[in-house]
Amino acid sequence: MPELTGHLGEGVAADTETEVELTVNGRRRRIRVEPRKTLADAIREDLRLTGTHLGCEHGVCGACTVLLDGAAVRSCLMFALQAAGSELTTVEGLSADAASLTPLQRAFREHHGLQCGFCTPGFIVSATAFLAENPQPTDEQIREGLSGNLCRCTGYQGIVRAVRTAAAELAQTAGAGKDSQP
Amino acid sequence: MTVETSAAPPGPLGQAAAARWIGQRMPRREDPRLITGRGRYVDDDQQAGTVHAAFVRSSVARGRIAGLDISAALAAPGVLAVLTAADVNSADHQLWYTMTGPDQRAPGRVLADGDVRYVGEPVALVIAENRYLAEDAVELVDLEVDPLPPVLDMEDALRTAERVHHELDSNVAAALPPVEIPGLAERFAGAAHVFAETFRQHRYLCVPMETRGIVARWDPWTEQLELVLSGQGVHEPRLFYARLLGIPEDSIHVRMGDVGGSFGQKMFPMREEHAVVIAARVLGERPVKWIEDRVENLISGGHAREETLRVEVAVDDAGVLLAGRAHHRENVGAYPVPGNGQNGATSAGMFPGPYRWAGPGSVGYSGQAIYTNTCGHCAYRGPWMMETVGREQMMDVVARGLGIDPLEIRRRNVISRAELPFTTPTTLVYETVSPAETLEQAAELIGYQQFRRDQEQARAAGRLLGIGLSLYVEPQFGFGILGTEAATIRVEPSGKVNVYMSTGSHGQSVETTMAQIIADEMGVAIADIRIIQGDSRATPYGAGTGGSRTGAIAGGAAHAAASAMREKVTTVAGRLLEAGPDDIEMADSVASIKGDPDGPSVTLAQIAAAAYLNTDALGPDVESGLEVSKRYKAPVFMFSNACHAVTVEVDRVTGQVRILRYVISEDCGNMINPMVVEGQIAGGVAQAIGGVFYENMVYDADGNPVTTTFMDYLLPTAAEIPDFEYGHVVTPSNTPGGYKGLGEGGAIASPPALLNAVSDALAPLGVTLTEQALGPDKILALIENADTGRRSL
Repeated sequence: MPELTGHLGEGVAADTETEVELTVNGRRRRIRVEPRKTLADAIREDLRLTGTHLGCEHGVCGACTVLLDGAAVRSCLMFALQAAGSELTTVEGLSADAASLTPLQRAFREHHGLQCGFCTPGFIVSATAFLAENPQPTDEQIREGLSGNLCRCTGYQGIVRAVRTAAAELAQTAGAGKDSQP
Repeated sequence: MTVETSAAPPGPLGQAAAARWIGQRMPRREDPRLITGRGRYVDDDQQAGTVHAAFVRSSVARGRIAGLDISAALAAPGVLAVLTAADVNSADHQLWYTMTGPDQRAPGRVLADGDVRYVGEPVALVIAENRYLAEDAVELVDLEVDPLPPVLDMEDALRTAERVHHELDSNVAAALPPVEIPGLAERFAGAAHVFAETFRQHRYLCVPMETRGIVARWDPWTEQLELVLSGQGVHEPRLFYARLLGIPEDSIHVRMGDVGGSFGQKMFPMREEHAVVIAARVLGERPVKWIEDRVENLISGGHAREETLRVEVAVDDAGVLLAGRAHHRENVGAYPVPGNGQNGATSAGMFPGPYRWAGPGSVGYSGQAIYTNTCGHCAYRGPWMMETVGREQMMDVVARGLGIDPLEIRRRNVISRAELPFTTPTTLVYETVSPAETLEQAAELIGYQQFRRDQEQARAAGRLLGIGLSLYVEPQFGFGILGTEAATIRVEPSGKVNVYMSTGSHGQSVETTMAQIIADEMGVAIADIRIIQGDSRATPYGAGTGGSRTGAIAGGAAHAAASAMREKVTTVAGRLLEAGPDDIEMADSVASIKGDPDGPSVTLAQIAAAAYLNTDALGPDVESGLEVSKRYKAPVFMFSNACHAVTVEVDRVTGQVRILRYVISEDCGNMINPMVVEGQIAGGVAQAIGGVFYENMVYDADGNPVTTTFMDYLLPTAAEIPDFEYGHVVTPSNTPGGYKGLGEGGAIASPPALLNAVSDALAPLGVTLTEQALGPDKILALIENADTGRRSL
């Protein structure tokens, strides 16, 4: 193996971490992060919620979408510090386990709305916010509403069908006066 | 919408006890973890003590490295090491892939050394406590390059005295020289009509949503290299890194969790991954992680499809193909992966496609793979597909030239099932294809004749409507390292069925489809089956998932292993039920006597307990335990086929193309899971819609990539992709289960279908279309040029 003298650094970094407190999937959490750390990295590394994915880190692909105080945001475009005091919902917060899937999650499975699954959490979080805002969308509205998320595997066929199906199911349960959380 | 026809007699479904799961649109077993954010991708591996790599890359396309000062980076906070070529490009490294072998015309290196050969080429890597600090230090590395004139264009590369690789005597990476075919020139000379055209394709990128990534850890105490990576299989990385590091293969343990897409890009590890592995080996103990960012993925993750195909065909007055000749040029960039990046040899074999031509000696094919100072070529879904892109556009050129409808000219040339087995002019033998049948089904589904009537009315009203057809035959290779896959089945003492497979799923639903096969073949409850892949220590050797081979080849292994296991299970069950193995029926993990469903029975758990824990009761002639390993050797070639039919409307004012309907009629033999089949097709077609209309990797005149983000390299969204309609023609193959591969076909046939549809729409303007990408600006320019041309007449 080559001699590395002259190519090794000290490996010591200054500690400029700041404390951030926020509500994550219904629980109060406190983390220490560098001021420049993105919310996405803090979610994945400090909160250890790796369902939020990074597909571009420049706000186009939507894989890192989370709900911040109910609104869908791209966590790669925010600093973790900016989320202080907020209520954060990640994909892990939508269902506790495989037995308590939301209608949207069930519809993604039923309609083959995913293949590799990497973009899927972003789609599900985005579509959850979309359906909360627009419970009875037309097909065109669905396609528009999903156009901020990129999928490379499915050609969007199953994704559009899944959102359509979930909307119909939610409309039915809302009509029956039941819980209409997407 | 889906239509299914099975005009051919259904083939044998392997030896399956009962087809209960095979053929079902069964929801995927992978999904629960993936829809809840509980998948495990490479970046989710967060081992304690992990350090992070970032690369210093060339910003010059070609030049000599005049200076490389790493001192400021070394002194930066959190930096553990800055490694350059001197540290990692050791002379005893072997840098070649199992599939392509060593190749003197494929210069390889881990980091740039002495010179740089494309923008994005890795020159040094920084290892730091986190990625932020690593990137900070990358900025502090002072790389000085004296630029040289870059070689960017294929034509220029053939003419210039400048060399992409100064070690070589030319810029030709690989040639496929023209072969003198006796009588071919005479066939052309004697034909009623000869057409010639050159078709161009631009740079398309794979763009998996998960970029490349690797975590490497060298344990100096056990002398083991632990790799977690995002790939298409674990065994090639293990062999590759054993050669690269000069250590035994069994010192390397490779694991893959969930993989966020690949499309060919991750079939082989690339230079950045090599550098990280070497860094981990050099540094020792701490895991080194590199997760590619999107800009790196776009500029250095491998490019594809920048090709030209010159096609000449000779036809009679009826449009019957008498002879063909093609010359193929492929831009393979500076460092293609694997080997020299050439796909022309495969394209040559497949060029005759679904048409008869005129027997042996009626088709010739030559080509060159050409080095340029751009990012190297990598495999992308159907890497040889230029043959279909050129041939199918040529069919429409001929049709238009002779005034014959494109559907009709295909009917006059297409091979039907009645002609099988059919030997192509390139000596491939089709045994179970159905090109004519898919052509008719697609024409029927899209309402071809009605569309022609609608189109005529629309044209009269000044609207530009078009229809495009494309036929292809998709090969699945069963030779060399692609020839076999394996499955090991262990029925555990509890009766649970663990299946260890050589596959490397990155979205193909392997955990579902293989379980469907095993459940039927063994007669066990599907919930009892677990498919295990992506672990080089646990799973048998295989080339991984790629080349549309998993359904037929890994499926063949699953059939073979499950069939052998069923024999073992029924033998033990026979002892327990006092019956012969042939009298035992397995269903839902319960063995009973055939014809006596209400009689005595034993569960698989009871059978397994006997086989492992009460072996003396089995008798001397029954092997204890329930373990089986089977390897399936595929035929050298297998073929599936399809016809794509698409209708479009071109907006004269905006240049925008709207896809009205898109129909795919395909024949992949028996379908294990039609939902998965349609999903694979849809993904491929969407990639082609992206490629033809939106995606275009562009370099400027200095060799700088200009489409380096998703704001410039445009992927299609749900708003751009229409609903697809499917038809299935089922001609079972001769493999166990009667399956054929189809993973790549969606992306192969679709570009020419779309191009032909746009050409047809623009035909009234006298526009000839031979180039992509078709952004609105390009379409508008074509329309305006046509208008100007008309006015000047």
